[in-house]
Amino acid sequence: MIGEYFLESSYIVASVLFILGLKMLSHPDTARKGNLWAALGMTLAIFTTIFFHEGIHNVLWIFGGILLGTVIGWMMAVKVQMTAMPQMVSFFNGMGGGCAALISLREFPNIEASGSMMNGESLIILLGLMIGTVSFSGSMIALGKLNGNIKDIRVPFMQYINTLVLLSLVSLAVYIMMQTTPVNTLLYGLFALALVYGFLFVMPIGGADMPVVISLLNSFTGVAAACGGFLYNNQAMITGGILVGSAGAILTILMCKAMNRSLVNVLLGAFGGGGTAVDKERGSVKEITITDAAILLSYSHKVIIVPGYGLAVAKAQHSCHELEKLLEKKGVEVKYAIHPVAGRMPGHMNVLLAEADVPYPKLAEMEEANPQMATTDVAIVIGANDVVNPAAETDPSSPIYGMQIIKVLDAKNIIVMKRSMGKGYAGIENELFFHDKTRMLFGDAKDSLQSLVNEVRSI
Amino acid sequence: MEEILKLIFQNKEAIFIVLLSIFLGIEVISNVPAILHTPLMSGANAIHGVVVIGGIIVMGHADPDNYMALGLGLLAVILGTLNVVGGFVVTNRMLEMFKKKPNK
Repeated sequence: MIGEYFLESSYIVASVLFILGLKMLSHPDTARKGNLWAALGMTLAIFTTIFFHEGIHNVLWIFGGILLGTVIGWMMAVKVQMTAMPQMVSFFNGMGGGCAALISLREFPNIEASGSMMNGESLIILLGLMIGTVSFSGSMIALGKLNGNIKDIRVPFMQYINTLVLLSLVSLAVYIMMQTTPVNTLLYGLFALALVYGFLFVMPIGGADMPVVISLLNSFTGVAAACGGFLYNNQAMITGGILVGSAGAILTILMCKAMNRSLVNVLLGAFGGGGTAVDKERGSVKEITITDAAILLSYSHKVIIVPGYGLAVAKAQHSCHELEKLLEKKGVEVKYAIHPVAGRMPGHMNVLLAEADVPYPKLAEMEEANPQMATTDVAIVIGANDVVNPAAETDPSSPIYGMQIIKVLDAKNIIVMKRSMGKGYAGIENELFFHDKTRMLFGDAKDSLQSLVNEVRSI
Repeated sequence: MEEILKLIFQNKEAIFIVLLSIFLGIEVISNVPAILHTPLMSGANAIHGVVVIGGIIVMGHADPDNYMALGLGLLAVILGTLNVVGGFVVTNRMLEMFKKKPNK
């Protein structure tokens, strides 16, 4: 009995730690501590469950599983490149969804039907299975898309197929509940259908929208975990799950807002698809030499750097910081303008620049940076494309029309560092590159920045 | 109607927890600067790894002679642990970079 008291008390402590942890995670100074607190709460909840939850057998097996999961998870998390972080989050999210689905698969035959399956227990188990499975297969597709293994597939009638699959999924769940006993074969059918739906759900969504999808699936997994909590009447699971469910939903909406698009618009995969605004008449591209760029930068008063995924891929954040320090020493004011969805995840650029020791006050969010553009001498775009594409403002037929951009065109000069004339993630042309004010500096971002640093130093 | 009211009454604690947690989640997230969106998403990702507790219960209640049940339970524990450990470690790695800021 005392064990049970201890268990429930530990769940209360764990829930408080989750809440405090999440709260602290939303402030830069306390974020790291917040993460550790949440981890502490989790460790506590896991061990008290093993030792004090009633009727726990197979303890060795459990420890074996935990050990294996810890070693694999730890190694993956430590080894992953900073640029591949979004993939990692997606993977771990899928694992959580899979876990929730397995719980439902296992507990379904144990439902006490007593003549009717129309009860809360069945509902929770079926919901947990469906949501967890969709989260699992969806996350795996999102992972493949971010890695570039899976291309966007978009068939015109995809929406109808998806709606149809979703309807059959719900109907099958209802049908299962209309039975008098738990029917396993029907459940496996539901499982398979949910796998397919997760796949179809993410498939038409453009690669650039994956962060939004991951955040949404993150929220889904939270709800699936909470379903498990209802099933076992486990408060730690309910609080943790619902907390993440609602926080994830809000985060998803914040991300959509940053792109000035609605969630529906994102989910229907309107992005990067049949853009008509391609290949209009375009001028010629004007290149700039490293020397000219170095002189231009050295004699500017104010320079704004706009980083994008190219910076991350080239791992050029350190060279970028070096250039910034050098220019500051020469009396040039340097700032970074961070688009909320630059890179592959909101905050992706901030994480990378922080890694290179760029101080916080140098990072300006889009709303803060845009008004400053008019007084800026040079805007340097490093490996960013869609987030500075003026078509978002001027061309209603463009797939990214309506998205807010960093208005580099307001600056007096623009230098664009790019590997080639390739298109951005949304796969559309960028007329910025052909603009009179724009000079292109082709090459790997890190190499270009390094030569630029050397050149500026010698001036 | 009575059935629904009864259901609400019987599950009133759970409903309280759910409602309060929803508002709490919204409240906690609303003031977060864009800088922290990625770490926060990752941290939240780790927290829903609490589902591993369900995996432990499944495993703990499995009949030692039922290999199917043991296998499912073991897989659930492994997946859940991956979610927890991977989630927290990745988040910590992201936040480590913020730590060594020179400006205080």
